Amino acid sequence: MKLSRKWLADYVDIQASDKEYADRLTITGSKVEGTEDLGANIENVVLGQVVTIERHPDADSLWVCVMDIGEAEPTVIVTGADNLKAGDIVPVALHKSKLPCGKEIKKGKIRGVESNGMLCSPDELLLDKQDYPYAVDHGILTFTADEIKGFKLGDDIRPILGKDDSVVEFEITSNRPDCLSMIGLARESAASFDVPMTVKEPVVKGSGGDILDHLDVEILDEDLCSRYTARVVKNVKIGPSPAWMRQRIRAAGMRPINNIVDITNYVMLEYGQPMHAFDHACLEGGKILVRRSTPGETMETLDGVTRTLEDALMIADEQKAVGIAGVMGGASSEITETTQTVVFESANFNGPSIRKTAARLGMRTDASGRFEKGLDPMNTLPAVQRACELVELLGAGEVVDGIVDVIAGDRLPIVVPLNADQINALLGTDLTRDEMAELLTRVGFTVDANGATVPSWRLDVTQWADLAEEVARFYGYNVLPTTMFRGSTAQGGYSPRQKRERQVGSFLRSLGYNEILTYTFTGQSALDKVRLPEDAAEREMLTILNPLGEETSRMRTIALPSMLETLARNASYRNASARLYELGRVYLPNQESETRCDERLHLTLGAYGDGADFFGLKGAVEALLAELRIAGVCWTAVADDPIYHPGRCAEIRHGDMVLGRLGQVHPLTAKNFDLEGEVYAAELDVEVLFAAMGPERTYVPLPRYPAVTRDIAVVCDEAVTAQELQAVIASAGGKKLVESRLFDVYTGAPIPTGKKSVAFALQYRAEDRTLTDEDADGATAKILEALATKLGAVIR
Amino acid sequence: MKEQLTVLKNEALAAIAEVSALQALEDLRVRFLGKKGEVTAVLKQMGGLSPEERPAIGQLANELSEKLTEAIAARRAELEALFLDVRLGAEKLDVTIPGTAREVGKQHVLKKTLDEAMEIFIGMGFTIAEGPEVELSANNFDKLNAPEAHPSRDWGDTFYFDQDSQYLLRTQTSPVQVRVMESQKPPIRVVSPGRVYRKDEVDATHSPMFHQIEGLVVDKGITMADLKGTLNALIQQLYGAETQTRFRPHHFPFTEPSCEVDCQCFKCRGAGCAMCKGEGWIELLGAGMVHPNVLRNCGIDPDEYSGFAFGMGLDRMTMMRYNISDLRLIFENDLRFLRQF
Repeated sequence: MKLSRKWLADYVDIQASDKEYADRLTITGSKVEGTEDLGANIENVVLGQVVTIERHPDADSLWVCVMDIGEAEPTVIVTGADNLKAGDIVPVALHKSKLPCGKEIKKGKIRGVESNGMLCSPDELLLDKQDYPYAVDHGILTFTADEIKGFKLGDDIRPILGKDDSVVEFEITSNRPDCLSMIGLARESAASFDVPMTVKEPVVKGSGGDILDHLDVEILDEDLCSRYTARVVKNVKIGPSPAWMRQRIRAAGMRPINNIVDITNYVMLEYGQPMHAFDHACLEGGKILVRRSTPGETMETLDGVTRTLEDALMIADEQKAVGIAGVMGGASSEITETTQTVVFESANFNGPSIRKTAARLGMRTDASGRFEKGLDPMNTLPAVQRACELVELLGAGEVVDGIVDVIAGDRLPIVVPLNADQINALLGTDLTRDEMAELLTRVGFTVDANGATVPSWRLDVTQWADLAEEVARFYGYNVLPTTMFRGSTAQGGYSPRQKRERQVGSFLRSLGYNEILTYTFTGQSALDKVRLPEDAAEREMLTILNPLGEETSRMRTIALPSMLETLARNASYRNASARLYELGRVYLPNQESETRCDERLHLTLGAYGDGADFFGLKGAVEALLAELRIAGVCWTAVADDPIYHPGRCAEIRHGDMVLGRLGQVHPLTAKNFDLEGEVYAAELDVEVLFAAMGPERTYVPLPRYPAVTRDIAVVCDEAVTAQELQAVIASAGGKKLVESRLFDVYTGAPIPTGKKSVAFALQYRAEDRTLTDEDADGATAKILEALATKLGAVIR
Repeated sequence: MKEQLTVLKNEALAAIAEVSALQALEDLRVRFLGKKGEVTAVLKQMGGLSPEERPAIGQLANELSEKLTEAIAARRAELEALFLDVRLGAEKLDVTIPGTAREVGKQHVLKKTLDEAMEIFIGMGFTIAEGPEVELSANNFDKLNAPEAHPSRDWGDTFYFDQDSQYLLRTQTSPVQVRVMESQKPPIRVVSPGRVYRKDEVDATHSPMFHQIEGLVVDKGITMADLKGTLNALIQQLYGAETQTRFRPHHFPFTEPSCEVDCQCFKCRGAGCAMCKGEGWIELLGAGMVHPNVLRNCGIDPDEYSGFAFGMGLDRMTMMRYNISDLRLIFENDLRFLRQF
């Protein structure tokens, strides 16, 4: 809401500077977004009159004007405009003047003739035809007598243009539609500065006749319209509205159109009550019905579009609809040059209904935006009276006597008990009831023994906590005491689970992985890019019905695409290598769940460049599993996951729990993300990781006797896995074998094709004695025998 | 024989003094003092001496042996010290050459900021509660006292999963408040950080997904003065003890009275600059006394208990703390950005 301070002065006298005003109103709850001095860019421009105008002696396109600028001597100014004649009154930019278009004017010679300034066009003053409907294209702005009434030649141009004003822009919260009006903001201003305010009651003279001869109104759907007030104006004369009204409408950020439309907008800005004016001639039978739209009903709106309506509130006659209540008028009822008689409608419509209709039609207007927040039903009458008063003031028509005012539901004033103790207990204050009453009275409440009567425009105040806020607002939020809450001492901290998540993160960082945060919405195409099979369960995703775009319309079920996108982005930024991790949620649809969704935390690792390889990534995951005390993990080759390289992917299991999988990203998958070279990734389900965690560690006594070591190398088929060899070694090695560590795998001559040599370092130890060479040799022999018989792995 | 010993002594001492390698010194020891050495050889000739001569010569020979042993040891120490000096000299490094690079991963800057905030809350006795991002409209709006027509419920503002607008992506972390109050008896002191979603296109200051931190305190006798004290303490710990705050009335459906809290602009100290859009103040957070309807909706008697709640944008807080000008950087995860913090 934009507020003109000049306009504000109609109701309340506040001398504060713009900054002081903005600060005070902000502190009492009307947040000021910004202040603009409308005249800031105009300097040294005055009102002048053309005394004589002659062709320039040396230029056919120029004129030499002798100007009266209110000084003893006339001044000469050369202009190129062709619309002037002697007697015209125009804005004159004098020597050393500044214009809002950015021009700075100095005197000089134009083709040999001294010119002491410039005559201004609307463009140069950043004005247009809506500000000055009479203005000639490419011409100098000439004022009408009405526009310069009360001014004399030589006067500063700013008051004439309405630029001797500041506009304060407020952010009005949704609970205060009453402040979307000059009067509403005047009330807040008066209360904030603790000064009186006055709103003159509109006076309509009338021109005789009886409205009942023209108009009858019936509200059929009373739940959607609690009050419909209307007056009729005949012999309407459509024309521009006067300068002061155009200037005020402009300052409020709207566009002047013509006197009737401007009056409706002016009253909406002043009272906060949307008004609609329409052609009485369109009303067949002279009767207005306020009713719900019929199924499939259509209507052509003012903008020429035929709209299909659904459960909308309509303004209609007995044959047809003439407008969509609170949203937009119908084309048939539009006011035109030929309009004779106008109906001014000032009604109170149901907010949620207007909101739904406006949203459904995509037609949010200044009017619907006010209605949807809920308006004061007591405001319809003064607003329509004010409109008619302005009609008479502007000579825009003759107001027919009588008012139609149909009240469907009377709203009694609300009285909220005022309990000082209760409010003090909430605010931490120590105010008396009288002190509270004084603060409340400032903003229109009346307080007596029963409590505080809420003014009709404050639909947001319904209970004691609302009164507490009003008291606090004008007592001053910053004056309220400041204390620390007491109460039972509480032990703060992270939960055990939160601690574990943090442990995972810090451990991965110690391994050189950087944390990333990615968007959790995705699209089907991301799953195609990652080559997730068509029949994968993860293809079923929660769908946002009103997404920003197709690519962000689903909640991700896997986090890998986000990781690959991030890796690709880093590659495109020429980051030579990357090691990244994300601890992020995935969203699995589940009809059984309260929210129809299971949110699970997944850990995703990704790496490329700088020697990133399968075993580097596997080593990181193994270290993490060890950190989380997850022992006895089983790694199984996965050859059929299209996401991953068929020969370089493993599933990680712990008992029957699947912890996740890791591997080299399939080159075709990588290519889909424009990633070149080898890319590695791991996907782990954090919920399962935490479930697989072993018990807290306790101290295990250090060995008292030395270990004996033996290295062995065996030759076996290439298909035999290290895990299989290890398993045989472990079972054959017995209790004394405390470690078998693979330290070499070799293929190539002299090892036959199809075979490989695998070497292990074995370590034996007993808890009760030093083992002998014989002990170690015997155990090793058993191991070699088992390897040979079970896996065909023979000593090299 | 006496002369012989004297000659031997002079010869040996001269040789020891001249020797410049440890091996050569060892060779000298063997040559003179070894089993087949020259001093030993002299002693072996003692058999031919008269009993009168023997003790004197014997003593001379022993003295010579001791003297040479000492001389060799001294020379060895000398040479070792010399060689150590030479070696250390040769081992000299250019200590200004950078150390071996070790990449330690970085915590995302937003999480880093979150950690700093959580530390403060934990110090104030808060526990940390989390909740689902896919939420019920009931928790995100209804129980939080948002009227049916509240603009934030618009399909233009909130992401929905069903036509009846019952399931949505939470637009605030406040539904966690509801979950906490429904499952926990006062005193309550929780803070809930998390992701929230609103239908905004991505630009330098907007993102359809962002992060909030929400706090809730419910107990007997909690006042708005407590809210002010707590938030002042929080802001001063986050942004520095000299930070000036300002409380101004605002509107949230779930609090009454409600407020927004500004701090004096860090850059211009209130004078007005580009950072604070000329206002001199920067909006930090929204807060208020928990609305009696909300307490009631969550099964807490508003006549017995009161509380306050506050919420702040973590993304904005991160940007302010680290002077980050574009929100998109936070979700872009460019390593050149991530490694800065």
